[in-house]
Amino acid sequence: MIMADSGSSEEVAVIGNTDLTSTESENNIINTMVEKGTALLRKLEINVAEAEKRTGKNTVNMQETYTVYLIEIRPAETVPEGGTPAAPDTLWRRYSEFELLRTYLLVTYPYVIVPPLPEKRAEFVWHKLSADNLDPDFVERRRVGLENFLLRVASHPVLSNDKLFYLFLTEEKGWREAVLETGFQDKADSRLKSLSAMFRVKNPDKRFTALKHYSDELNTVISQLLRVRARVADRLYGVYKVHGNYGRVFSEWSAIEKEMGDGLQSAGHHMDTYAASIDDILEEEEHYADELKEYLFYTDAVRSVCRKHELIQYELEMAAQDLAHKKQQKEELATGTVRIFSLKGMTSKLFGQESQEQRESRLAALEQSIREGEETVKEKNAECQEFVRTAWEDIERFKEQKDKDLREALIGYAIMQISMCKKGIQVWSNAKECFNKM
Amino acid sequence: MFSGPGDVFSFVLLRALTTSSMLKNSSLADGSPMPNSPGSMVNQYRLEEDEEDQLGAYTKDIFVTVDNPESNVTAIETFIMYRVVTKTTRSEFDSSEYEVRRRYQDFLWLRSRLEENHPTLIVHPLPEKFVMKGMVERFNDDFIETRRKALHRFLNKISEHPVLSYSQHFKVFLTAQDLVSQRKQGPGFLSRMGETVRAVANSVRGLKSRPEEFTVMQDYMENFSNKICSVDKVTQRIIKEQREYLDELKQYSPTYTQWAESEEELSQPLKAIASCVERCSKETEEQIHHLTEVLVPTLHEYVLCAETVKAVMRRRDNVQAEFEAKNEALVSRKVDQEALQEEVDGLADRVELANNALRGDWSRWQNGMRTDLRSAFISTAEKNVEHYEKCLAVWESFLLSQREEFSQQRGEDAS
Repeated sequence: MIMADSGSSEEVAVIGNTDLTSTESENNIINTMVEKGTALLRKLEINVAEAEKRTGKNTVNMQETYTVYLIEIRPAETVPEGGTPAAPDTLWRRYSEFELLRTYLLVTYPYVIVPPLPEKRAEFVWHKLSADNLDPDFVERRRVGLENFLLRVASHPVLSNDKLFYLFLTEEKGWREAVLETGFQDKADSRLKSLSAMFRVKNPDKRFTALKHYSDELNTVISQLLRVRARVADRLYGVYKVHGNYGRVFSEWSAIEKEMGDGLQSAGHHMDTYAASIDDILEEEEHYADELKEYLFYTDAVRSVCRKHELIQYELEMAAQDLAHKKQQKEELATGTVRIFSLKGMTSKLFGQESQEQRESRLAALEQSIREGEETVKEKNAECQEFVRTAWEDIERFKEQKDKDLREALIGYAIMQISMCKKGIQVWSNAKECFNKM
Repeated sequence: MFSGPGDVFSFVLLRALTTSSMLKNSSLADGSPMPNSPGSMVNQYRLEEDEEDQLGAYTKDIFVTVDNPESNVTAIETFIMYRVVTKTTRSEFDSSEYEVRRRYQDFLWLRSRLEENHPTLIVHPLPEKFVMKGMVERFNDDFIETRRKALHRFLNKISEHPVLSYSQHFKVFLTAQDLVSQRKQGPGFLSRMGETVRAVANSVRGLKSRPEEFTVMQDYMENFSNKICSVDKVTQRIIKEQREYLDELKQYSPTYTQWAESEEELSQPLKAIASCVERCSKETEEQIHHLTEVLVPTLHEYVLCAETVKAVMRRRDNVQAEFEAKNEALVSRKVDQEALQEEVDGLADRVELANNALRGDWSRWQNGMRTDLRSAFISTAEKNVEHYEKCLAVWESFLLSQREEFSQQRGEDAS
């Protein structure tokens, strides 16, 4: 597969290797992440090695069954030939802890497109696939997804340096408390409230608007693709499995035939093989679906960044508007014209002119307010600009990553199709040989 | 055709018997002179020599084709006429080439005549009158083509048959410009009625002792009939599943294309995938088409064949039953012994004839069945291999295009 910094002619040979499986293709994506080389990944090798069922009492003191995942950390030094690798440091985490980590990252780095977690519940399933969270296949795919999540974070130029992320990987106990101590919950709550509120920005940033549209498009189209894939998988399963009936009938038929018997019998076996082969084929295709799903969930993260920008932009606009309003008030007060309705102005009009003293104190207060307002606007402006700068840095990084990963995924899909075709050719060639003997 | 000396012997015996004075009691009631010219005898011995190559051994001297279906509209009805072309070197035919137009009804007539005159020979079945499932119109192009092919096969099976191809009715069918007037002649409804009545009467009595070989044959046919029906059903089911799969598969391409529209770098690979999936869909369509054109008609034919053979065996049983009935009467009654004796002897010969006819035709039929089914299965397997090979090429060319794209990009980045 294509390595980011490999310029050797090896790549020509590698991409021509159509015997590459999709898991190998996935590994290549991981290798690319590792090669990108953050400081963290230069130090550590991260794995989510196992999954285990646990039972315990939950917050309402009821028995519940949940799954925990084993995180393994190793120092990233290469092991000398014949040497044994160092024993890893390990700890167990459950899905809700991963969720907590992600929420923390979302709030702490609002300008970053935070990598998504694997789905909580199985979606876009085709009928044979279980939608049960405790199903071992689902758990296995989730394990892979969680490992992927950790590697994504560990390879991110900003997120990988977060101390609490490091603690997540190294401190089993006390991590939850440490996270809560950061007080990110309060920021989260207030941000959440604002995000869900309806507000309109006067001068939306064209780039962010375009990004939001793209993100929505991508979400729609990947959802559609996943739906179609599930239906196609269902149907293809049916086609292959019905051929198993040939196996059964040919076998029964061969029993009554003399010359045709052997040919029929062995052809029947190949039909059974053909019918059985669909299970592996579709299981491999699940990897492809998972790769698409990751980017489906990424669109939520992108959308979230756009919304956060909108919020900051809105706050800036509000602050600017507020400042302009105060300036106008001051002007009116200074010149004696009342263009803006204010209660004080109204009451003074109704109940008699105010004194010069009163006027001057009001003016002073207003000037103070204006100074504060100007400070606020300056702050908000700086915040906004900083957000835009850091966000676009991450967005560009994300775009590159997305293009590369999805291209790899498409190539992986093609490789899967090739493998399926090769199997088909083999089975039917064998069957033809048997029919020849009839 | 002939799979052993026994068959040739039966054939020769059949021929010999029918040319003797037994003619009046023989089952060949169409009055056609049996060809016992030196030429045909030579043919027989040549067949004996070339036993290995079943199909090639038969020196074909008559070629029949069915083509050119045309719609005929009259005041009363609309029907299809097929062109039947015959090319032959046989001396029984006045000319070496004939061209006539026939409709389905005419084929039905021919077959019923052949069955009547040769009740214990296996006469290849005709395609059914209507197909209930999946057909809307009788005059649907696919239906007409399928039927034409089946009619073609039917006539070829008859023309390859060592006895049936010399039938007078067959000759009339192939040569007469106006078949309608010819059709009115010959034994028809009444004799069939008579046979049915006799058959019912005899089946009530039951058979005293069916020869072992025919019991074996019957058991085999029962089982074969079941199995071939199952294979037919499985094949229909596969076609159904394939069609449903194809419907879903067709959704892929527009989705990938839609996605490509909102992308920049990814636009090219996405469009390429869309085109790959579309081509694979087309290949699947062809795969389905092949199944319906090749495997299904053959399986269907043998489903019908199984019924035909079972009917032939029943008729043989009836011939034997009739003989046994008269024989019993002979043994019990002392009066009219002489007259009855002659009748019983005649019936005994009939049984002999019937058995030999069936025996000879049976192994011929088995070989034909094996050949036809084997060829249909092989063709299906080949088509499937071809399908996967074509799809493989499609996806490999995609990978190649991605490699080229990437090298191009690297070139651009470097510069």
